[in-house]
Formats: sequence, structure tokens, C-alpha cells
Amino acid sequence: MLRLHNASGTLMSVDKDTVNKIARLSRIAISDEEAEKMVGELNGILAWVEQLGEVDVTGVEPMTAVIPNHLRLRDDVVTDGDVREKVLANAPAREGSFFGVPKVIE
Amino acid sequence: MSEYRIQGMTGEWEVVIGLEVHAQVTSNAKLFSGASAAYGGEPNSHVSLVDAAMPGMLPVPNRECIRQAVRTGMAINAQINKWSRFDRKNYFYADLPQGYQISQLYHPIVGEGEIEVILDEKDANSPRKTIGIERIHVEQDAGKLMHDQHPTMSYVDLNRSGVALMEIVSRPDMRSPAEAGAYVKKLRSILRYVGSCDGNMEEGSLRADVNVSVRKPGEEFGTRTETKNVNSIRFVMQAIEVEARRQVDLIEDGGTVVQETRLFDPNKLETRSMRSKEDAHDYRYFPDPDLLPLELDDAFLEDCRASLPELPDAKRARYENELGLTAYNAAVLTAEAETAFWFEDLLSHGVDAKQGSNWLMSELFGALNKLGKSLDESPVSPAQAAELLKLVADGTISGSIAKQVFEIMLETGQGAAAIVEEKGLKQTSDTGAIEAVIAEILAANPGQLEQYRAGKEQLFGFFVGQTMKAMQGKANPGVVNELLKKALAD
Amino acid sequence: MTDLTKLGVAAIRSGVANGEFTAVEVAEAFNANVAAAKVLNAFIVETPEKAIEAAKAVDADRAAGKPLGKMAGVPIGMKDLFATEGVQTTAASHILEGFVPTYESTVSANLWKAGAGMLGKLNLDQFAMGSSNETSYFGNVINPWRRNDGGNAALAPGGSSGGSSAAIAARLCPAATGTDTGGSIRQPAAFVGISGIKPTYGRCSRWGIVAFASSLDQAGPMARDVRDCAIMLEAMAGFDPKDATSLELPVPEWEAGLSGDLRGKKVGIPKEYRLDGIDEDIAKMWDNGIAWLKDAGAEIVEISLPHTKYALPAYYIIAPAEASSNLARYDGVRYGLRDLPDGAGLQDMYAATRAAGFGAEVRRRIMIGTYVLSAGFYDAYYTQAQKVRALIARDFDNAWKQCDLILAPTAPSAAFGLGEKTSDPLSMYLNDVFAVPASLAGLPAMSVPGGIDKEGLPLGLQIVGKALDEQGVLNAGLAIEERAGFTAEAEKWW
Ligand SMILES: [Mg+2]
Ligand SMILES: [Zn+2]
Repeated sequence: MLRLHNASGTLMSVDKDTVNKIARLSRIAISDEEAEKMVGELNGILAWVEQLGEVDVTGVEPMTAVIPNHLRLRDDVVTDGDVREKVLANAPAREGSFFGVPKVIE
Repeated sequence: MSEYRIQGMTGEWEVVIGLEVHAQVTSNAKLFSGASAAYGGEPNSHVSLVDAAMPGMLPVPNRECIRQAVRTGMAINAQINKWSRFDRKNYFYADLPQGYQISQLYHPIVGEGEIEVILDEKDANSPRKTIGIERIHVEQDAGKLMHDQHPTMSYVDLNRSGVALMEIVSRPDMRSPAEAGAYVKKLRSILRYVGSCDGNMEEGSLRADVNVSVRKPGEEFGTRTETKNVNSIRFVMQAIEVEARRQVDLIEDGGTVVQETRLFDPNKLETRSMRSKEDAHDYRYFPDPDLLPLELDDAFLEDCRASLPELPDAKRARYENELGLTAYNAAVLTAEAETAFWFEDLLSHGVDAKQGSNWLMSELFGALNKLGKSLDESPVSPAQAAELLKLVADGTISGSIAKQVFEIMLETGQGAAAIVEEKGLKQTSDTGAIEAVIAEILAANPGQLEQYRAGKEQLFGFFVGQTMKAMQGKANPGVVNELLKKALAD
Repeated sequence: MTDLTKLGVAAIRSGVANGEFTAVEVAEAFNANVAAAKVLNAFIVETPEKAIEAAKAVDADRAAGKPLGKMAGVPIGMKDLFATEGVQTTAASHILEGFVPTYESTVSANLWKAGAGMLGKLNLDQFAMGSSNETSYFGNVINPWRRNDGGNAALAPGGSSGGSSAAIAARLCPAATGTDTGGSIRQPAAFVGISGIKPTYGRCSRWGIVAFASSLDQAGPMARDVRDCAIMLEAMAGFDPKDATSLELPVPEWEAGLSGDLRGKKVGIPKEYRLDGIDEDIAKMWDNGIAWLKDAGAEIVEISLPHTKYALPAYYIIAPAEASSNLARYDGVRYGLRDLPDGAGLQDMYAATRAAGFGAEVRRRIMIGTYVLSAGFYDAYYTQAQKVRALIARDFDNAWKQCDLILAPTAPSAAFGLGEKTSDPLSMYLNDVFAVPASLAGLPAMSVPGGIDKEGLPLGLQIVGKALDEQGVLNAGLAIEERAGFTAEAEKWW
């Protein structure tokens, strides 16, 4: 059976470091315990999806449109905006006309 | 082009430069929403629910933004991709409401093209260089963060969020700050000709990410750094200079250049590392599933092509070859679309090209310079200028009277003919009147007359001057010359 | 007077139109059922006043002799994935708890325009991720059906549209909206003995529906019978310029086109769906379905969909990948939950907010999606999955050379017990094995009741049609409905 390999040719499987890295990329805080548990879950799912590697996809283009359809384009007209109260209505930390976030150091 | 070299302890270094220019597309509405793309506005007022990434909101692309990108691609002789796609570039930041930027990585709308730059346009023999363009893709701008409004918070304004940008990516073909400066200048000029970007660097309509690396001449490329969001041509040149110097010093001190993003500080004249995160570069690009592939048909492309104006290179050649202007004049008049369009407007009123170009470049530019105004703020319109220049061409007024009339036009906004009429500045060719004045002048200057007749022919100019002065400049100089010669010969 | 909550969409609409009862009476009757069924936990928010308000408008229109809409006087349940202006919309998540949209989704707006009224927002699997409605932040929905073993074990109503399925089965509403990403209309419909159709991708606007996986998500109706589904789908569907993937086509008159006469139609039976160890009752129901369609005049042909076994793994790459990106907007900046630990910076705030706001299954899928899109893995996982998806779509294209419709079971089992599959995510995913291929190919697919298993639980038959052939799907559904004689109902215990 063909198996999925990553770009460097190694068989894919995740360890705790990888889980932590994915969690960081996903911006989801994760405890040590959760990371531990996730290793097994992700590996289970990844091992299962690996069967896709068996499929001969020579000459097959990845699907781009589910149903044959073309991208419609809009006219360049201002039809929206000027709805500040709607935009800010659910803000967890509204500051005047702005959204407030913890200070960002650039 | 230039042999720009950095002198290091270990010898000469060459700098390699590539630029990613972000140009805001000129459009009424944003790339994927119907909110206004206009600069400014009250905070969060040019924002739709789509731009704020409310749950369930979807992007629908703006045709004009696509059209402008295609026209820009055509203007740099680039490959236009009839099939392109939008991809998502995923990262988290407070100015990015969706958590991804809709951009084009895998299939950009515009492929390979090129731009020819002239290092010194004032020098007709200045070397020219072709800078390769790798691609142009269309993407969304981000919102704006303000850090100085609150002690512990940053403020988010989404007015810019979703405005259409073209990212114009050059090849690493530039080898000096001057080349990079000339490239941005030329690119800006093309964008303004095409009308796809207003090129306003103060408002951030055009900003460059500057990729710089150094190497010993002839060696492989070194590791590059990317200095982000440099927003003037001068800063681009300065940023390259200081970043290249930094890299040379670093390498010669035994260090290595790290591939990273940096910021340019124009006050301290240095670049510094942006606090990079280890995952910062894993953008997880993938095709945006809310959008289908963008397919352009021939009619669309033909419409784009048909709407392109004459571009600066072609115009410059035409000014030289067909209008007979000097290389210098042709270069200056075509460098900016604004100037060329003003000049052509002038010609459209029947003004001679050489007369018009000389007047524009000396008189008008001089006057605007004094007033501190740009051409589009000129108090005198092309039509008004044409009226003035025609009065000179048909002999109604002399060149020197024209200067006076122009002064009055600038001050009062009055028309040239009206000023000439009102002030009685019309030039006379009335031979009787001129002969009478000449007779008076000769009578009043017997000494000079004697010397002239004794062979001091330089004094001819003296008599012309006296005659013109006596006639308050209104005599036709040709007629004066002719009659004087006759009178002096008698 | 008859119990108005026994009526379906068509009956309510005509009763109101004919003056047999008023829309307000209907709304009141369903409001009462909703209020009395809290134990099912089908609703996250109840909006009895909205139902009455819409009903009053319909009654007033009728009194004034104005024309009535397709859904006039019909109160419905709205899956809490549709943004409803002024009414909390959560996608059953903590992260959107308290979020009150300032806008109305296109599909719900279409329904209100057609004269429907809203009974409330229905519970679902969080962000529509799940097949049992057990991932909701607002608790499990209880399937009104029970096994006939006397054990009274609480069963799952299916998912993700589990609130919708339970509410219809328990007669808390005559119909409800669902969304289907990988079976989320069809599987819960099967689990409670009702009908539901996922139309062709692009028929219903996705504008204003909280996105799960954009290339798969599609809204559709869930109701007691095929006719009601046809009526409601007509009201929901339509071109929407605000959705770039919306199909620019007129909405067919599906209700008027209904016919159970399948003469001249060929129905394909995919051999790859005959899984080893397939449940005996499921296999028997499928055979019954074949017989009913034959009886309706259809010719039955065996077909092959060779890439069927790869549909689920492809789905579990594509859907999480899209979801990981679609759910990035839930960051605590503009709306929803914000968790800001002491001294936290922006990025820490994101991580804390998202950890606290997303449930375990949502976190798991976001992480899978993030992983398969990350540097070095994108081609091996995502590109490969999209290629396999293209092959799955090609399988269907080839099948359409031999047949007009495909008949298969909706799910490999009847409703399972709450908690039975929660410990192993994979076993839960496998429940969508029959539903996912049509989703990947964007095809219209419907589930109709096909019988009762030996435990007394309903089973569903699935019909898949060619793109845009909702009529063919509905007609085959009707042919089955006319022959299956499915009248069983959950015995009221709540
Ligand atoms: Mg860049
Ligand atoms: Zn960019």
C-alpha cells in the first residue's frame, strides 16, 4: 500500500511537539494533558486518511468547482458600509468608534 | 547600469534587490464588498459586515479591481492569465478580521512582464535597464491598528480592511538604491498612466516591501531580508543602503544574515527586526472555497486592452520622433501622466509642440515652482495657456510681453487676449509709426549713429533696444529690425 | 378541532388559505408544544412572539385578500446556524454565545418573505460538526424515539441538524431548516423517520449561514414528507448575488412537478455501498426500496462508484481544512466570547478565547485542518484529497451514463445511544459513509423514511440525483413514500 509522506519523505505521524505546534498555529491554548490525548486522536485520524495515498491520481486535477459554475463579478458601486453601529454592535470591548484589543507591540 | 559597490573590509560587495510593491487599486468599492474604498472617513464607517468578517459573510469580487489589474499587466507587457484563483493566506492579527487574507499565491492573474527604467532621465545617454516583473496578484488590504490612544489597548479601524491591492513582484534584478528608486518611479508612472493606482505614497496607496541581499560580485545570491511597508521612494533607497551595509558588516564580523522581515526607521536611518514568531511563516495557503476560479474571456481582455492609454515609453518616443522635441523635453514631459496629459491638452488647442513644450517647461514649471503648486493645481488651464501662446505665434504680442501677460494671468485669472486688450499690449507692425520712432531715436543719439556708421556694427542692438523701449515693447521686432537696417543704411 | 400540530406544511398552508383555522392558531399550537418539550432540548432559543407576529401578518394579509406566500402561516424551526437579525445566533457554540446578528441570512429571509414564522433557534452540533448533536455547547438533543426494548435509553437525533430532526419528529414544528455538509440533513432525518433534502450545491445561498466547510455546506428543508420538502425548498432556494457560488438559475416549481410515476427512469444501485457486515435491517430496507421503485416503473441497474471508500477520508481532510480557516474569525475581537487572561497579549487572548470558546470536536477538527494545510503537508493531504474528490465526482458522472438516480441507505445504522460513539471520533465519522459522497460531488440527495428496524427505530433511504435534478430526487422520494406506508411515530413520553 502506498503511504502518505511529507515533503521530506518521512511517514507522517504527529508527536506532542507537533500537536503543540499545531495548537499554536491554530491559536488554541492547550494543556499538557490535552496535548497528550490529542496525539493519539490525531494519529488515529491521520492513519485512517492515509489510505488516500493508495489512489492513483495521475493526470487528475484537484477539484476547483463542485458544480460547473463561473465566478461572477460585481459592479464597482458602493452599496454597503456606513453601518458602524451594526459592525460594532457585538464588540466585546468597544472603544468609541473602534474595537479595542490588548496593546500590540509592533 | 551603475556599478554600485559597497566597500567592506574584505573587498567589494554587490547588493541584490527585489521589490514587492503593494499598489492600491483605484476603485469606488472594496475588492470583495460594496463598502467604499475611499481614503479616510470616520473610523469603521467604510466597513461592511463582510469586511468585519461577521459569521456567514461571503466575498463577491469587484469587476473593476480585476480589470485594473489586467490593464496594469498589459501595460508592462505581462502574461495575462485567463484562469486564476484566489487563495487564503491564513494568519492571526487584529487588523485581519477573517483570520486570512484573500490573495493569489498559486495562480496569479498576471504573470511575467517587465519594465524599462532610465537611471537619469535628464541625461539622454543615460543607460537603460529592464527589470523583470515576476507576477501581479490581487489581494485584500488589512485594517489599521492605533497604538497611541490608550495605555493598555490598541484600537482597530477596519476602513482599509478589504480594499483592493495589486502586489507587483519584481525579479531580484536591481543592483543599486538608484535602480530601485528609478524602478519605483517608473512603476508609479505607469500605474498613474493606466489609472489603476493613484500612486499616492503619503496615503499609503503605494508601498514597497524591499528584499535585499548582498554577495561578492559574481557569487551566488546571499540570504535576503524583507523590509516591510516602505512608503516613499527616498525611503526605499535609504532602506536598501542601510540594510545592505548592515548585512555586509554582519557577514564580515562573522555573522550570518537571517531570512526575516524587518522595519525601516527613517529617523534613525536603520532597519530592525520585527519580532518574528517561529510559526509566522506557515500561512497554510489554500484555494478560497467561497470563490470559484476567475476565468477571463476574450471580450473582457479586449476591452481592457482597448482602454489602455498611450504609455510613457511610447509617448516619449513619439514626442521625440514625431513632435521633434528634444530627448530631454520628451523625457520630462512623459515622466508623469499628469504632465503629458496637460501638454497634450495644450496641443489640442492648436499650439505648436516645440513652442508649447518650451513654454511649459520654462514658464509654467517656473511659475508653479515659485507658487509651490503642482500641475493639477495650476491657476492657468491648458486652454488659457493656448490663448496666450497663440498671441505670440501670430505676432499679436512679443515673447517678452507674453511673460508680462502670463504674470497677470497667474495673478488675476484673466484671459490673455483680454489682458492684452485692456493694457494695450498689442504689438504694432505699423511701419509709419515705427519709422517715426526710429527717426526720433537716431536724432537723439548722434554719437552712437556716428560710431555705427564708422563700422561699430554691434551698436545695432542698442538701436533696437531703444526703439523697443520707446514703443514699450509693443513693436514687432522683425519689422523694427528691417526698418532700422534701412534707416541706418541711409 | 383537530390537533393542528399533527399537520404538515401543505396542510397548514391550505388550511390557513381556506380559512379552516388561522395562522395564529397554528403558531399558538406549536408554541405550546415547544414550551412543553424542554426535556428534548431541541431549541437553544424559543421565539414564540416571532411565530405569532408572522402569523398575524399572514392572517391580516388573508383578511385583506392579498396573495399569500408559499409558506404562509407555517411556523418553522430555524437551525441555529442561520443568522437571524435580533435573535441570538450561536452555532451551538460558547464562542458565539450572546451574539445577536444585525443581519438576516438569505435563506431565512426568503422563508419569512414566503410567510413562514419562526418558533425558535434549533440546537445542533457545534458549528455543525458532528453526527449526533452531542457536540453542542447547549447540551444534547434527545431523540423522541426510543428502542422497543423497554430500556428508555436516550438516543441521538443524528447530526448536525439534530434539533431540527427531533423537533419535527416530536411535532414541535411542522418543518425546519437544516444544513448539510457531509450528511447533516439526511442522517438526522433518517434517525427520526422524517424527510430531508440537500439540494444541489449553490441552490440555496450560503450568505448568513455560519460557515463550516464552504465547498460542502448547503442548506435544505427537513419536514414530515416529500411534498412539504418540495414546498419549503422552493421558498428557501434562489440565486443570491451575495454568494459567489450561488447558482444563477430560476427556482423550478418542484411542488407542481411532483410525480411518483418513475416510468422511463433508471435507478442505479451502487455495489460499493454493499459494505461487508452491513446491518441486516438496513440491507432489507434497501431491497424494499428497490422493489418500490420498480413498482413505480423505474428500471433498476447495478452501477459502480469505485472511489466510494475514499470519500470519507477525503471529506475528513477537506472539511476540517476549510473549517480551520473559516473559524479563524472567532477571535474575540469583533463579537462573541473574549477570554483575556491577566497580562495577556493579543495572541494569548486569541489562544485563550478559542480554547474556552470551542468545544472538543471543533478544536480537534480545527487542528486536523491546520495540520493538513501546514507547510510540507499541503500537497500530500489537501491536494490529494481534492484530486480524490474529483475522482469521486467523476464516478458519479460515469454512473449518470447508466442511470438517472441512485438509491442507497442514508446511514449504516439506526439512531444510536447518546454517548455510544463519543469516545472514538472515527466511529462517529463512519456514520456518514453513505452520505458524504454526494456532498463531495455537490449533488442533490434526499432521505425518506424506509422502514423500522427490529428495535422499532426508523431507517432512511437515500436518493441521489444529477446536479440540478432535485425534481427527480423528490419524485423518487415520493414514489418510495407512497409505497413504504411509513406512519410510525415516536410515542410521546416527554
Ligand atoms: Mg510581501
Ligand atoms: Zn501582499
